[in-house]
Amino acid sequence: MSEMKKIKNLKEFSTSADRFEGANLLCPGCAHSIIVREVLNATNDDLVLASSTGCLEVCTAVYPYTSWDASWIHIGFENSSTAVAGAEAMYNALKTKGRLKQPDRTPKFVAFGGDGSSYDIGFQWISGCMERNHNMMYIVLDNEVYANTGGQRSSSTPIGASATTSPAGTISYGEQKNKKDMLGIMGAHNIPYAAQVSPNKWKDMVKKIQKGFATEGAVFINAVSPCTTEWKFDPKDTMHLADLSTDSLVFPLYEIIEGHELNITYRPKNIVPVEEYLAAQGRFKHLFKDQYKHVISEWQTRVDENWEYLQRREAARV
Amino acid sequence: MAKQGWDEFEIGSLLRSFDGKIDKCPAHTPQRDRSYSENNSHVASVADWRLIKPVYNKDYCIDCQFCWVYCPDVSIISRDKKMIGIDMDHCKGCGICVEVCPTNPKSLLMFPEQADEETELASWPTKDEEEE
Ligand SMILES: Cc1ncc(C[n+]2csc(CCOP(=O)(O)OP(=O)(O)O)c2C)c(N)n1
Ligand code: SF4
Ligand code: SF4
Ligand code: SF4
Ligand SMILES: [Mg+2]
Repeated sequence: MSEMKKIKNLKEFSTSADRFEGANLLCPGCAHSIIVREVLNATNDDLVLASSTGCLEVCTAVYPYTSWDASWIHIGFENSSTAVAGAEAMYNALKTKGRLKQPDRTPKFVAFGGDGSSYDIGFQWISGCMERNHNMMYIVLDNEVYANTGGQRSSSTPIGASATTSPAGTISYGEQKNKKDMLGIMGAHNIPYAAQVSPNKWKDMVKKIQKGFATEGAVFINAVSPCTTEWKFDPKDTMHLADLSTDSLVFPLYEIIEGHELNITYRPKNIVPVEEYLAAQGRFKHLFKDQYKHVISEWQTRVDENWEYLQRREAARV
Repeated sequence: MAKQGWDEFEIGSLLRSFDGKIDKCPAHTPQRDRSYSENNSHVASVADWRLIKPVYNKDYCIDCQFCWVYCPDVSIISRDKKMIGIDMDHCKGCGICVEVCPTNPKSLLMFPEQADEETELASWPTKDEEEE
C-alpha cells in the first residue's frame, strides 16, 4: 500500500506540484480543469490516465502540445473506461509475473469522461468495468450536455434545459426527460465506492478521491462541472454556480459504499431554492415565463423528494 | 515501412511532457524545476486570449489559497503556502480568482488588459463597508 498524501488544509494542498498544465484550450472558467486539478493533486503516486472524447480530451491534446504530466491515453468517445481497465489488467499481469521494473511504485488508474460519453455512449463499457471490479476510478465530468459538439442534450440533461437538440420556444420548455440517476445505477453494481463530488467543496472532493484511491476495486465518481458556455453564465461565476448546485441540493454530495451504505457528506446550512440555481443560468431563462413556471415548482418538489429519499437510505443502510 | 509489433508506437503518436529521463514521479518536482519538452503546453501561452486581467495586491492577501485551488488554468503561483503572483502566460482572464478572494478589499481585481499595474495598485479601493 502506498502512503496517502497528507492534505490537512488548503495551505498544505497548495504545495502540490500540478501534473495538469495551463495553455490548454478549455474555455476561460471551465470547471473540467478545476476538477482535474483537485483529483490529480490528491495523490503523489504515478498516474495512468485516459480521457474519452469531449472537451477535456480535445482541449488538452492539440498537436503539438499535451497538457498532461503523466501517462495519458487519448482514446475514443466511448472507451476511456476500457482503455484504463486494459492498462490495469496488464499491470496486474506483469506484477504477477514479477516483471514490473519498479514494483515499489503504486500507480493509480483513472479514466475521465463527459456525461455524453458516460451516461450515453460509453455506458455499457463503464458498466462492464465496474462489474468486473477493476482496480480503477471512473470520473464523469458532468456538465449535462454534449458541450464539445455544440450543446446537444444527453441523458444527463435535466428537464427544462434548453439544448440545441431540445430547444425551448413557444411550444416547448426544452428538455422533456428527467436526468438519469447515474450514481444510483453505478451504486447498484455493488461496487466498493461510488460518490458525487463538486469542485467548490474541494475538501470533500479530496477526501472522496483519496478514499477511492485507497479502495481495492472499482470506484465511480460523478463530478458536477458547471459549463460557462452551455449553461450560459459569466466565466467568473463558475464557482458560484457550483455553490448553487450543491446548496440547492440539485447536486447533493453523498457516497455509496458497497451498494448499500449511503452517507450524505454535505448538509447545506442554508438550503437555496432551486429557482435561484436556475435563475443564474441562461439555459433555463425561458422557465421564468408564466407559461413554463410550473417546471420550476415541479423541479423543487423532485429535489425535496430526492433529499428525503437520500436521508432515508442513509438511515436505513440500504 | 517495417512491420511493427503490437506494443511499438509510431513516432508522433506520443507527445512527451518532459525532456530527458524521468526517474521520480513529477508530483515530487515543482513546476519551476521541471524540464518541459517543446510538446508540453506549459511552454505555450494563452495570454492573447485575455481582454481583462487580474492584478494582485499583496497588501491585503491572507494566503488562504482559494485562488490557487479554484484557478482552472494553474495560473496562481504559490510557494511554501504563500501566494506569490499570477502566471500571465497561462491566465485566460476568467476572473474566478477575484470572485473567490475573501478579503475586503479584495486582494485580486480585474482590469482591462492594457491597464497599467502600478497605477491600479496605487488607486486600489479601500474597505467596502457594504460587504459583510
Ligand atoms: C463515436 C463518436 N461519436 C461522436 C463523436 C463526436 N463527439 C466528440 S466530443 C462529443 C461530445 C462530448 O460530450 P460529453 O461526453 O458530454 O463531454 P463534454 O464535451 O461535454 O465535456 C461528441 C458527440 C465521437 N468523437 N465519437
Ligand atoms: S464548452 Fe463548457 S465544458 Fe467545454 S471547454 Fe467550454 S466551459 Fe469547458
Ligand atoms: S483570471 Fe482565471 S485564469 Fe487568470 S489567474 Fe484568475 S482564475 Fe486563473
Ligand atoms: S484568494 Fe485572495 S487572500 Fe486568498 S491567497 Fe488568493 S489573493 Fe490572497
Ligand atoms: Mg458533457
